[in-house]
This record gives sequence, C-alpha cells and structure tokens, in this order.
Amino acid sequence: MSYIRLEDVTRRFGAITAVDRLNLSISRGECFSLLGPSGCGKTTTLRMLAGFEDLDEGEIHVGDRLLSSKKSGYYLPPEKRDFGMVFQAFAVWPHLSVYENVAFPLRVRKTPAAELDKRVREALSHTNLTDAAKASPADLSGGGKQRVALARALAINPDVMLLDEPLSSLDPHLREEMRFEIKDLQRRFGFSIIYVTHDQSEAMALSDRVLVMRLGVAQQVDTPVNVYTRPANKFVFSFIGLSNFLDVEGDGTNFKTSRGGLPLPCAPPPELANGPSCLACRPSEVEFTGEEGLTGVVARKSFLGESIDYRISIGEQSLRVQKGRRSTGPEPGETCRLRFIRPLWYPAD
Amino acid sequence: MSARGAGGLRGGGGFGAAGVILTLSIGILIIVVAVPVLLIFFNAFWADGSFNVRDVIRVLREPDTYQALLNSLLIACGTTTGSTIIGTFFAWLVTRTDLPFKRFMKGMFLVPFMLPSFIGALAWKMLFSPRAGYINRFFMDTLGFENPIFNIYSYAGIIAVECMYLFPFVFIQVCGALERMDPTLEESARISGAGLFTITTRITIPLVLPSILSGALLIMLYSMAHFGTVAVLGIENGIFNIPTLIYERIHQSAGSFASIRTGTVLASVLVVSAACIIWLQNRILTRGRYQIIAGKSFRPMELKLRGLRLPLLFFCVAYICFTIVLPTVVIFLVGGLKTYGLPFTLENLSLANYKFILFEHKLTRDAIFNSVSLGLGAALITMFAGVMISYVIVKMKTRGKGILEFLGMLPFSVPGSVIALGVILAWSGKYGINLYNTVWIILVAYIARYMAFSLKANSAALEQVHDSLVEAARASGASMWQALRDIVLPLVRPGMLAAFFLIFLPSLRELTVSIMLYAPTTRTIGVAIYTLNEDGETVISAALAGVALILIISGQTLINRFTESASSGKG
Repeated sequence: MSYIRLEDVTRRFGAITAVDRLNLSISRGECFSLLGPSGCGKTTTLRMLAGFEDLDEGEIHVGDRLLSSKKSGYYLPPEKRDFGMVFQAFAVWPHLSVYENVAFPLRVRKTPAAELDKRVREALSHTNLTDAAKASPADLSGGGKQRVALARALAINPDVMLLDEPLSSLDPHLREEMRFEIKDLQRRFGFSIIYVTHDQSEAMALSDRVLVMRLGVAQQVDTPVNVYTRPANKFVFSFIGLSNFLDVEGDGTNFKTSRGGLPLPCAPPPELANGPSCLACRPSEVEFTGEEGLTGVVARKSFLGESIDYRISIGEQSLRVQKGRRSTGPEPGETCRLRFIRPLWYPAD
Repeated sequence: MSARGAGGLRGGGGFGAAGVILTLSIGILIIVVAVPVLLIFFNAFWADGSFNVRDVIRVLREPDTYQALLNSLLIACGTTTGSTIIGTFFAWLVTRTDLPFKRFMKGMFLVPFMLPSFIGALAWKMLFSPRAGYINRFFMDTLGFENPIFNIYSYAGIIAVECMYLFPFVFIQVCGALERMDPTLEESARISGAGLFTITTRITIPLVLPSILSGALLIMLYSMAHFGTVAVLGIENGIFNIPTLIYERIHQSAGSFASIRTGTVLASVLVVSAACIIWLQNRILTRGRYQIIAGKSFRPMELKLRGLRLPLLFFCVAYICFTIVLPTVVIFLVGGLKTYGLPFTLENLSLANYKFILFEHKLTRDAIFNSVSLGLGAALITMFAGVMISYVIVKMKTRGKGILEFLGMLPFSVPGSVIALGVILAWSGKYGINLYNTVWIILVAYIARYMAFSLKANSAALEQVHDSLVEAARASGASMWQALRDIVLPLVRPGMLAAFFLIFLPSLRELTVSIMLYAPTTRTIGVAIYTLNEDGETVISAALAGVALILIISGQTLINRFTESASSGKG
C-alpha cells in the first residue's frame, strides 16, 4: 500500500553525509512527520522529495512515477512533480495579490479562465481567505500569509503536500489553530502530508507516523504513541519529551548507580544485567516512596505553576522529578526515597 | 525628560555643547554647500535687478543651450538603458547560474568602479578615433577597409564608454538584492509548476525591480552631470552636454556676465533634475521595496547553463578583456611611446615619458603634489565635519535638526560642475574673500563635493551605536565629552576611516570640479591629464594617466586588504 517510496536515499555535502541510506514508505493519505534537531537531514530529505536537491544514491517513487534515481540518472524537475509545498518563511510573492498568488500554479498550467477562477475561489474559501482575495499579501498577518501559501499549494489539488516547518514562523496560539486547519484540509482532500518539524508536540499532534532523524540517520519510524512510550534508543528518548538518564552497574543480581554505588529498587533486562547500563525515565514517572527505594537528596525545588519540579542528587548523578502542584514532597536538603514507574533500559554509551 | 533627548548628550542646559555642535554643523553646511547653490539660483533667476523667469527661458532657448540640454538627456537615457541591461544581466549571471569562476567575475565587474571614466575615454579615443585610433587604423591599413569601423566621437561612442564605467551601479544593487532574496520565493514558484524562464520573468525580475530602478536612477543622475567622457569624446564633433557647456562658456569667456548667466541657468536645470531623480529614487526604495530578505537560507537555485556555460564564460571573459584590460594596457603602452601614432614595437617603447613626468616635468610633478595634498586635506576635513554633522542628524533630538537634515541631503543632489560654479560665485571676492586662482578654492569645492560620502559612511556607523551605550557611560559617571571620546568615537572609527578613503581616492582622479577652478600652478592630476591631451601631448598625458591608475589601484588594494583584515579581526 505504500504510495511514496524512498529507497537508499543518500545525500552528501562535501565530507558531510546529510542523509544516509534512508528507506521510507508512506501510504496515500497518510500524515508523516520528519522530526529531528537542526542539521539532522529532515529538510534535505524533503527537498530531495520536492526535487530541489539531487540524490547521491537511491531512488524516489511516488505512485507509479519515478521521480529521482541516481542509478538511471533520472531526475524529474520540481515543476513537473505536481506537489503542493508550504515553506517556513511563507514565500508568498509580495508583488502579486492574494488571488494571483493562488492562481499562479493554475496559470502556469494554462488552466482555462473559468476553471481557474472556480478553483482559486474554492482554495480561498477553504482557507478562509475569500475576503482577502484582492489584498496584497504584504498587508496580511503571519497567519494570513501562511494561509495564502496553503491555498496556493491546494490550488492544483495535489496528491502530496510537502510542509517545511510551516508553523514555526507563527505565534504559539496561532500555531495550534493552523495545525487543526491543516489536519482538517487533509481530511477533506485526502492528500498525503510530509511534514518537517523540529517541534515534537507538533509532530505528535498531526502525524499518523513519525520519523526521528539524527545526523542524517533514521533512528525510529513509528506511531507517535510508540515513539513516546517505546523510544528505540537514548537519542529518541531524550529528543521526545523530558528525560532522565541514570548510569547503572550490575553484576547479574545486584544493581547500583554508578559514581555513588546506591542500590537500585529495580533490575535491567537479562541481556544488560552484567556490566554497565543506562536507566531512562520521564520526570513524571518517578515517585516518592516512604521507606524503600533509591536514596537521593533534594537539591532544588521549584514551583512551575501546573507542577513542582525537583532536582534530586543521586550520588554524583542527578534526576529531575515532576509532580502535580497539589502533591506533597520533600523539601530542599531532605533525604528522600524514589521508585521508577516502567523505566526503560538502554546499553551504556 | 529633555535630558534624555540627546542620547545622553546634553550639558547642564541652555546653550551647551549640544548647541555648539548644532550651530557649527549648520554653519559648515550653509557655508560650504547651501550658499554656493543659492548663489547659482540667485544668479540664474535674478536678472536686471528683478526676479526674471522670462530671461531664464530665453537662455534655455538659445540653440547651444537647448542642444546641450537635449544631449545631456539623450546621453543619460542611452547610458541608463545600456548600463541597466548590462548590469542586470551580469548580476543575474553571477548570482543565479552555474557560470564558472563566478566570484572572480563578480570582482572583475566591480573594477570599473575605481577606474576614472575620462581616462577610459582617453584610451578609447586612442583605439577608435576615426583617423588615428589604433583599431581603426589596423582595419584600414592592414585589412584594407575603406572607412574607420567605428567613430568614437559620436553619441554612440560616448554612450558606450559611459555604459562601461557606470553599469556597476546597477550590477552591485541587483547582485545584493538577488543574494539577499529569500530563495523559497523562487522555489515555491518552481514547485507550483513554473519553469525557470517563467520564474525569472514573473517572479525574480519583478521582485528585484526596485533595486534595478534605483540603480538605473543613480546612473541617470551620474550621467546627466557627467563631464569627463563627454569632454574627451564630444568636443571634436561639437557634442556638448550641460557640464561641458558650462565649462566651455566659463573657460572661454573668463567669467563674463553672459557666460555666468548661461552657466547658472544650466546648473539650475541640473540641480532640479538631480533633486527630482533623488526624490523618485527614495520613493521607489521606500514604497517599492518588498520584504524579500531571507530568513533561514538555503543556497539559491542555480540555473544550469548546460550548453551555454562555455559560450557565456567566453563572453564574460571577452567583455572583461575588451572593456577593462584593453583600455588599461593601451594607456600604459601609449604612455611608453616616443611619439603618438607609432606602432607598439619594442624600439618605440621606453620608460622615458614616465621618468619625465615623475622627475623632470614641473607641470606634472606639481599636479601629483596638488592632488595628493588636496585629497588628504579634503578627506581629513570632510571626515571630521561629517562625523560631527552625522552625530547631530542621527543621535541628537534637538530643535533645528530638521534644517540640518535638509542641508545634509543637499550634497547628495548637487553635481560637481554645479559645486564648482557655485564656489566661483561665492569665493571670487564678491563677498569679501577671494580664493579664485588659489588651491584653497579647489579644497573648498572638494569638501562640498565629497560631504555626501562622509555623511553616508558616518551616519551608517553611528546608527550602529545604540543610545544606551552612551547612556551607560553617563550613568557610570562619564561626562558627555568623555562619553563621546571613550565610547562613541572608538565605535565609529571604522565609519570615519571608510569616509576618509571614500574621499581620498576619488579626489586623486577628480576632474569635473578641478577643471573649472584650476590656475596655472594649481593643476590636479585630472586637469593635467586632460589639458595635456587637449594640447596634443598625448604620450605624456597617457603616461600621467598610467601613473594615476597605479596610484588608484594600489590605494584601493591597500584599503581592501585593510578592511578585510579589520572585518576578519572582528570575527
């Protein structure tokens, strides 16, 4: 059922491999996010899909169309790919009216006048821009400009919509609103979305599946829930949500924290039981217990509004713990005991 | 509240330091710039004891004057069109295509900025004058052509030479706009389905149009008031434009009343058209400038030239060789000849002329000394005056600043020949001080002419110095003068230095102003080259032009080296 297929896609810039043998398959109508810190290769991947970057290896197919192939030296230029694309900095043309911006893709396709007008008006009404048709994009707010960019991408009714951090130039409250609008448009038109972002909550909220990338290498492709609850490695764990890591040493039966030797109330899986390993947990998934558990000292306690944030010293390591604002807990300087809820274990670095 | 007013600069009140600086600034601008311009208008419009427009029209309708106006307009329009096309094309080529050696090409296309166009005109005259030009003679003597292949003493010749030296104005503006432009503006057109031709014509060119137009207007302004090229190439066939006619009249009649009238009327026309052009340019820049500056930036799309790559590379190299290398080489070669017109063979060439002008000929030695000392003097004075005036305009919020802003704009719109004429009117003894025929009158004119450069460089530097820096110094206990000396001055020093060189280098090759003001002992390099050439001393004139080129190019290289190390030192 895969509609968009990337096979061994590689892109190098000089000595740096921006994207390293990436394999992906994305279904029709799926919303797929490329997530990672800056420089991870997510934008390069999107630009290869759009046709703005060449491939150093591999192939890209959409449906039964071959878009780029290093092997056969084939390369379909961006203007022939019939995608919709929205850029971070809006990229609406200031010398054309809102109407003409949206009409542009249809004009270059020599769409008949009546058809063109109908489709521009449809795209404008879907993006709530009907009243702004004659305005200059320069007079619109950031959200308005991004709507113009969306309407322009919608005008040709594409099967694939490429979104390159489309919300990161907007105010936070607007971001959430636009997120729902994009999702809503997708439901109505059924296009596939490839969504590039460094904002994990955006990726979580929108996507059917997420690809987490680091330094050009795919780390995990999975549903948002799985990426959060079962991160494939320490990097994914730390990139998604708040994270704690505790270095641990074990001899098969006894487990202690490294640099401090405090006994642990839980055990790693058998394959990590001998030697050093790493315990990972979310700050909200640590509990204070009365008598037993890992011993720590409260180094700092801060009130954050919705929650209370603790910094706990565990020997020479430290843990962050978050509890609801109504909970009671130890005060700075006091010794406390801790328990982990469903900790995850990774090999030590 | 008012203590905040001057960006931390305010004395105890009353007529303090702020007042002194303000008065001094207004005074300098009035004496140096405003009075000469006003005297020109006064002399133009005040005839027979009354305000008289009819007589102005009479002067303008004299056949010679009318023709000069027409010529100025014609040459300016031709030059503007030609240079805009050349400049835009080359700018697009070096920023948006995969042309080989783009960086080197870009540097070469900026070289004409530093070459004096009248020296270029001299070189082209040596190559293409109908009878004696080397290329024309080659075609006639060797290849058996009946007639010269090109006559440089024509409108086409003048326009072609001006284009060669003025196109960088458009080139640099358009390059800047194309480089700073958000590449996704073009990419979004591409993903919308547009090919590169559609993108260039419908998206790229419209978006950089304000920059193209503003560069074009700059060329228009420059060409209308341009003296050198027309003086060297036009006089043979009786082609005069406004500046050359002013010079011709004043020079021929040694300052008779009628010639002064014609001169001032023509000068008024120049000032008014310059003001119109600058107004139009500001309008385009403020209204038409789109927000196209990139945020996060990928490398912009490069058009793959494919089959055209080598032909276009060849075209660029040929253009550079023909318009930059060839004239420069010709100047040096002719400068080495025993007699003008001899073929360039080894036995005809020597360094004798260069030795002669540097060590023996009093006229040329004086000229070099005059130009260097005038340049140093003008650059120093204008640099300090400029920093003070800019300080008032940029930083102080005092009453009377409005006048200063207006006066500060004035130097930008006053062409060189107008300044020269105004200085003659103001400093020839009519108002008590007579500097005519001395070197001082040239100095005063240089200061007026280059004040614009200094104001521009210094205000740019001062705008970088935030008010809070001075306020912090005052809050730390520094007096206003200490704050100026220890905080502001060190921070604007790069701007002042830039101003100094922006004035010193052009003044080495100055012709337009000096030619109207020189006396037998106060020739500058430009005047000496020009008059030697007029007197038929072509080889000596070429040798001096060669020396001038060496001075200018080595000076420019030194500055580039210096500014590069200064900017890399900052990180």
